[in-house]
Amino acid sequence: MENQSNNHTFEFYGEGLPGVDLSELRGRLIVIEGPDGVGRSTQVAMLKAWLESNGHAVLDTGMTRSALAGKGIKQAKAGITLGPISLTLFYATDFADRLENEMIPALRAGFIVLTDRYIYSLIARSIVRGLEPSWIKACYGLALKPDAVFYLRSNVGGLIPRVLSSPLGFDYWESGMDIHLGDDLFDSFSEYQTRMLSVFDSMIDEYGFEVIDATQPIDVIYRNLQRRIGRLLRELY
Amino acid sequence: MYGDHQFPGKLFIVEGIDGSGKSTQLSLLQQWLRREGYMVFFSEWNSSPLVKETTRRGKKKQMLTPTTFSLLHTTDLADRIERHIIPPLKAGAIVLADRYIYTAFGRDTARGVSPRWVRELYRFAVKPTIAFYFRVPLDVSLKRILSARAALKYYEAGMDLGLSDDLEESFELFQGMISRKYEEMVDEFGLRVIDATRSIEEQQNEVRAIVERELVDVPKRPMPVRTMLNFDFRED
Repeated sequence: MENQSNNHTFEFYGEGLPGVDLSELRGRLIVIEGPDGVGRSTQVAMLKAWLESNGHAVLDTGMTRSALAGKGIKQAKAGITLGPISLTLFYATDFADRLENEMIPALRAGFIVLTDRYIYSLIARSIVRGLEPSWIKACYGLALKPDAVFYLRSNVGGLIPRVLSSPLGFDYWESGMDIHLGDDLFDSFSEYQTRMLSVFDSMIDEYGFEVIDATQPIDVIYRNLQRRIGRLLRELY
Repeated sequence: MYGDHQFPGKLFIVEGIDGSGKSTQLSLLQQWLRREGYMVFFSEWNSSPLVKETTRRGKKKQMLTPTTFSLLHTTDLADRIERHIIPPLKAGAIVLADRYIYTAFGRDTARGVSPRWVRELYRFAVKPTIAFYFRVPLDVSLKRILSARAALKYYEAGMDLGLSDDLEESFELFQGMISRKYEEMVDEFGLRVIDATRSIEEQQNEVRAIVERELVDVPKRPMPVRTMLNFDFRED
């Protein structure tokens, strides 16, 4: 088999997906995680261009973009019509659709899949909304374990400039307004993101996150990610 | 997670393969309970408008996998439970549901989804007061269904399982698989088996007797007369 000097085999976190032969997956799965406004998508865009210039085929993907459920989730959020359990499961549907129909085919074809968020953001959102962590994690037992998870770690103060660089300002959902954590968007945002950060931090050891200090300048973060991903690809290929 | 609920209301659900007559029985039960002066709320399968649209898109383009199919049904039931089952149960109503988590367990595991995973997914579901299972031999239900209905649809017939190229044959094989799954669940979940080969009246008397025993502490609160709901719970 080409490009497989090491015996690299994917695993699922739990029960996994029916009908997937893991030994066929030749690509690599790299996750960029972190809170809203930390600069994930900027890094993903730069890393994609860099990896492609080095001859790697890259699939970049993100949340709520699935052909199946992406539209429905956007509508649900616009109308705020779903409860926390339903929304958790709708997100899981979107994730499963993207995993089965985008990521796994790309991995089969030997791509590097570079994903802006993965199950960890989804798990964190649900935990902050009071759902049982063991249940959510069991739901996501369908997910593949990535080759690396880079956690862009920041503090609430560090998230605000990027949020305010959008003409829309504080977002209803990114501020956790659905769970009423403050009187206005700023108070709610601060409390919600504080809780999100603490859940992310609690997952570092459990899921083996590589922590990147995201309070640094963009180019410093980028070079850090480049170095780590470069090492990872050299080890694996 | 809800599990064994402590709400004042009661939840009765009916299960069984297509053509077992469960919807007829639930409709008769509902009419009786209303006449007796109870507050009754009826919850349909696949009723959440939002998820329905996503499901329709997936079915139309045949883009559903066993896993996404399963998750969409879970999302829908979660929406029903959060919206249409928990609040009425809290209000002390008798909630009736045509199909519940056992339908998902049967269909999804027949499609190859892990039984353990799908049971884990539905841990949020409220445990029914009584789950009726209308047991019927396959040839009887097939005769009821295939003689008097519109053409079978792709997913309804289980065509996605690749059992047969013929719609009707695929449907029969799929129904047989689901029937076996139900039988396996009788002990696991304590389903109350009703012999659905008997007359409608005999079955209804048995169902009413079982339900009545659960209503001793449920207060009667007559409801205003409203139009009855229609019953069409095919997996189309």
